[in-house]
Amino acid sequence: MELTTVWFALIAVLWIGYFTLEGFDFGVGMLLPVVAKNDTERRVLYNTVGPVWDGNEVWVLTAGGATFAAFPEWYATLFSGFYLPLLLILLALIVRNLAFEYRAKKDDDTWRRNWDLGLIIGSFLPALLWGVAFANIVAGVPIDANKEFTGNLFTLLNPFGLLGGVVTTLLFATHGAMFIALKTDGEIRHRARALSVKLGLAAAVVAVVFMVWAQVKGGSLSSGIAFVLAALALVSALAAAWKGREGWAFTGTFVTIALAVAGLFFALFPDVMPSTTSDAFSLTTTNASATGYTLTVMTWVAVIFTPIVLIYQGWTYWVFRKRIATHHIPPATPAATVPAGAA
Amino acid sequence: MDVTDIARWQFGITTVYHFLFVPVTIGLSAMVAAFQTAWVRSGREEYLRLTKFFGKLFLINFAIGVVTGIVQEFQFGMNWSDYSRFVGDIFGAPLAIEGLLAFFLESTFLGLWIFGWGKLPPKLHAATIWLVHIGTLFSAYFILAANSWMQHPVGYKYDATTGRAELHDFWAVMFNKVQLVTFPHVVLSAYMTAGAFVIGVAAYLYLKERRTLTEAGTPSDSPLYLKAVRIGAAVTLVAGLGVAVSGDFQGKIMTDVQPMKMAAAEGLYETESSAPFSILTIGTPDGKEEKFAIKVPKLLSFLAEGDFTSEVKGINQLRDEYQAKYGQDPGAKYYSPGDYTPIIPVTYWSFRFMIGLGVLAAAGAALILLVTRKGGRPLGAWWPRLAIFLPIAMILGNAWGWMFTEMGRQPWVVFGLMTTAQGVSPGVSVFEAWVSVIALTSIYAILAVVEFGLMWRYIKLGAPAYEPPPDHTSSDDDAPLAFAY
Repeated sequence: MELTTVWFALIAVLWIGYFTLEGFDFGVGMLLPVVAKNDTERRVLYNTVGPVWDGNEVWVLTAGGATFAAFPEWYATLFSGFYLPLLLILLALIVRNLAFEYRAKKDDDTWRRNWDLGLIIGSFLPALLWGVAFANIVAGVPIDANKEFTGNLFTLLNPFGLLGGVVTTLLFATHGAMFIALKTDGEIRHRARALSVKLGLAAAVVAVVFMVWAQVKGGSLSSGIAFVLAALALVSALAAAWKGREGWAFTGTFVTIALAVAGLFFALFPDVMPSTTSDAFSLTTTNASATGYTLTVMTWVAVIFTPIVLIYQGWTYWVFRKRIATHHIPPATPAATVPAGAA
Repeated sequence: MDVTDIARWQFGITTVYHFLFVPVTIGLSAMVAAFQTAWVRSGREEYLRLTKFFGKLFLINFAIGVVTGIVQEFQFGMNWSDYSRFVGDIFGAPLAIEGLLAFFLESTFLGLWIFGWGKLPPKLHAATIWLVHIGTLFSAYFILAANSWMQHPVGYKYDATTGRAELHDFWAVMFNKVQLVTFPHVVLSAYMTAGAFVIGVAAYLYLKERRTLTEAGTPSDSPLYLKAVRIGAAVTLVAGLGVAVSGDFQGKIMTDVQPMKMAAAEGLYETESSAPFSILTIGTPDGKEEKFAIKVPKLLSFLAEGDFTSEVKGINQLRDEYQAKYGQDPGAKYYSPGDYTPIIPVTYWSFRFMIGLGVLAAAGAALILLVTRKGGRPLGAWWPRLAIFLPIAMILGNAWGWMFTEMGRQPWVVFGLMTTAQGVSPGVSVFEAWVSVIALTSIYAILAVVEFGLMWRYIKLGAPAYEPPPDHTSSDDDAPLAFAY
């Protein structure tokens, strides 16, 4: 296999890692006002993803860095072209990350409410916008002979792009609900499970429409197979959730997202960013790639270190495998309750 | 302002802001790890209290460093797409490796450390914060290797057909001679910054405790804080010596690879043998000659070349050389044709502020070690008041250091290969660039207020009372979490 193909596949893997992992913590964030009824329950939700969200987010940083290294032209065209959506994602991620870290550091209702709002919006916007962005990448955008994106924000807000955004939002919300049902106990667990089935049905409808549309637009045999399997996985996930098999349900949405993203990358290949202006201007795995030498160096690095990362990240999930319920939540830390100036 | 100006402001604002937090993250992770190790080995309560206290401050600081770091990675592609196309084959690799080796390590083990109290065996738990620290060092290494390549491109070939610089020797990029002196300089200054941070925080609390003691006569934590002050001062002083030595090597290498930066840093307009070191130089507004100067004879020759009599090239001669080598027009937009000088007053003063503030912090740390020594005279209240300024000096000194090294490289973005104006994204509109810089700067400003407020709140609370961590072997599934958000 060509090294450029290997790297195309590796970048697909990094995005799959990102969407399957951060997907559920986006979901948890979006569902905060729906699933949790009081502050203790909200804290249960924060703590289900507390130890892992930051590691999940690194997948996107590595995906970005790997795209820069392996396909510099893709990185340059994509990041400068999808400027405003990426800026919104950045702002959302900033606020959301700090919500996790800062919310519990002050025992004050306004403070908590503001950070909760930050978490909700900061989870919803990237969930939506990544879907819009990927739908547009696969469908193609106007790119000129100099590999420059010539559209604007509204070019991206087309029906297919927006539908892509709705799909990721609903899928991540479902994935998040499955995760909450798997990681919590008590009322919140049952609420999340019931919700996961409802959300999952809605997600299934739009996802199937989107995948069919994507397949018609520019699918291949392999993308078609991935999409069909993704749909089957989602149906199985819902059936498992219905039967109360939370582990299988979560595994199901995990596999659904992985296969759907894989399907999009299959549909994309061998382009990395097709041009709607002219086929001749499309960025491909060949004309957008780094040199063979750089790809060789990077392949060695990836081969050695990716398994190590997977092992220790997997271990983290093992360490924090227990369910969390409201009685596990300690009172607000004594330090946080001392009013400023009283110490 | 056009897109280049706005993109430069965004890069400057984001980088300086990011680097207010980064050195504290690098240095404090090591100090917290050392405190925790001391506790695990000795079982002494004071070390656990210091671990928890400085650990909390470390986390408040870390969060902002992380989020501004994401902006750093995205803005290369967003604002500097032509730069990214030109250097991606070389520059992308260290960035990707930084993600894979450093960011995963830092973020995963930080999660384990934060939530691992009472869950992991104590030794393993202490190891997680050491791994976080190692992650920060990896991160520093790879991003500085990328930056060193911009200062002194090595291990590449220019390909005329693709119009880009291509990687030819990965190890040459990793062991660039600029990198080999920059990495120790930056990491040691991070230890120095963290040391100064510990001094400042602990000295403030020491002073407060002393007051409480005189008022109420209650048992006091002042010995704890005094100990922390002395540890911080020792770290600052030792790291400070390293910063000075590595900085000296850097000066010599800079004279070799970017002589214009050294000449500008010194306001040295004409080539001189036995060149003096400028204490104060004021030039004409067009930056072509000096008007007034106070100098130490021969010192510059020694700093630049290691010999009191060597020749050091001046700005005017270098400009002629660069014109002959690179042509008349490297970056016509910012610089009059054929001009290869950075903004001299900025380069000159940032260099002095960087050195001056660092020296001040090291001298302050030495003085504090002296006055707080055992058997010394009874302590007054003047030195804790002084100590509070040490972290501020270090944080500002770090910022000036980056402004010096980045602005002193102008008009180049990659020295000798690409000018800053050539690197900007051609497809980004002025409107988009403005939206971006305004949105990011506003959010940075708000976060600065939030962060500082939170930091101050937790500093005032002081070290938490000793509380033994829960037993990690306990099988009680219903026990509350030892730590929760």
